[in-house]
Formats: sequence, structure tokens, C-alpha cells
Amino acid sequence: MIVDVSLRPGIADPEGATIERALPALGFTGVRAVRAGKTFRLVIDAPDEATALERARALAERLLSNPVIEDATVRAGES
Amino acid sequence: MTRVAIVVFPGSNCEHDAALAMREFGVDSTLVFHTATDLDGADAVILPGGFAHGDYLRPGALARFSPVMGAVARVADAGGPVLGICNGFQVLTEAGLLPGALQKNRGLTFLSEPTTVVVASTRSVLTRAAVPGQELVIPINHFSGAYTCDDATYRELVANDQIVLRYRENPNGSRDDVAGIANVAGNVVGLMPHPERALSTLLGSADGRVLLEGFVESLARV
Repeated sequence: MIVDVSLRPGIADPEGATIERALPALGFTGVRAVRAGKTFRLVIDAPDEATALERARALAERLLSNPVIEDATVRAGES
Repeated sequence: MTRVAIVVFPGSNCEHDAALAMREFGVDSTLVFHTATDLDGADAVILPGGFAHGDYLRPGALARFSPVMGAVARVADAGGPVLGICNGFQVLTEAGLLPGALQKNRGLTFLSEPTTVVVASTRSVLTRAAVPGQELVIPINHFSGAYTCDDATYRELVANDQIVLRYRENPNGSRDDVAGIANVAGNVVGLMPHPERALSTLLGSADGRVLLEGFVESLARV
């Protein structure tokens, strides 16, 4: 399972902003916006994919993200 | 006399400063490890500064699941004084005992410096002995101290007079210069500055005394 955690829209992202500011100096032009986030890859023992998704989603909402400032999306994928 | 439990997580590093501060005011304290499920008879709590569980994932994210947090929540629910300093503030927000969250500092630098905070509200166990508008020099020492919350939460904080301390000059990008907040009842307080490190002019400032004196006064009412 792949869990992507990103800051909710409107929440300040100092990491993304710093990367964004650094890009032109490094010769990378044309990048309009950068938002930084985290990815977690989980290997879950479950009878089927739906159950694994459900468990990953619960874990993502309870621990891997802080719902006050972050959104988590969960999808099946290769770990 | 009430005893204060000072919770020690793996990675806490200000528990002895907190204990020393309590001793300074004649208050008995006990260090309680995070695996405990009761607070050793204490009915007030300090969550000290440090890096609980290494601050992995997010500051306070893992500490919130420590067994001791059930006992901390019971004290908070019963109206007992609960004070979270720095990492302790982060733990209180992650645990849902205070609203909002603490983000990485604007500028992504670790800040370790004296700051001037202004007392915004005196209806909390920490600020009860201070005067509204009073300016206090108290050090900060953090990487994730930018207080943030959504608009609805912010309106509630203001309406309920829950913002207790603001920075005079915002060091970290926190919303509305917030340095410390309380819950609605005023018995649970979190702040990023370290009042326990500002108890003596010999060490730079004694301005933390009025805050901890207030906290100690509130113990008598438990």
C-alpha cells in the first residue's frame, strides 16, 4: 500500500517554499509551485486488497497524518 | 500539597529542569515514565520539552500513543492543571487535548534564542498571576514551533480567550504570533517558550517565574 501525506491546501509549506525559491538558482526554470509531502510504503497481511486498503486508510488517518494540517491518500501499489 | 507528575518519554530532555523549577517553588514532583498507566498519585501534569520518541513522523505523533497519555487525559478532563512546554505542547495538540498543530518554523531553522512574549489572557493556569499586556523574556528552543489551525478553530480560540501568550516579534511564522494557548476551561496550557529556563537573572531572565508561580498557585485549587 502506498500512503501519500500532503499538507492541506492553505496550510503554509516552508519546505516546499524553500525548494521553490532555490530552483531558479540551480537552473531549473518554469516550475510554478512546489508542495512537499511524505510517502509511506506498507506491506500489509490481509485476505484481499479491499481489506488491506481499509487497514492502510485507518492507519494513515490515525497515525501517519495529522488531520489538522494534512491529507492522506491511500492506494494499492508495489512496495 | 498537590504533587506534580512530570512525564518522561524516551527523548524528553527537560524533565529535570521542570522538576528543579517545581522544587524552586516548594512543590513536590515525581518523574513518571511514559509506559506508566497512572501518575503515581499526582493530580497535575507537566509534559516537558525534548524529542519524545525521537520526534519521528511528527513531533508528538508517537508520544500521543504512549500508555501514560490516558492518565494525562483524565487529569485534563477532571480540570487538573496540565502544562505542555515546547515538545509537551506538540504532544498535547497531537493528543487532541489542545486544538491546532505545530508546524516546522518558517525559514526551516532550529531557533534557540530569548524571545519576548506578551501575556494575552490571564484566564489559564499558567498566566493567572501575570498581567494582561505584560512582556516577558523567555527562551525558545525548537524546530517545529509555528502554531497553525484552521479558520473556524482560530475564531473559537479568540472568542473563548484561549490565546494566552503571543510573541512580540514572531520568530517562527506561527498564526497570529501565537506562542501559547489554553483549552476552553483554562486548565490545559501549551506553550513553545521555556519558562522553566527563565527563573533567574543569573541565567538571563527571571520572567518565567510569574508563569510558574501561577501554575503553582493553581495547584492549591485542585
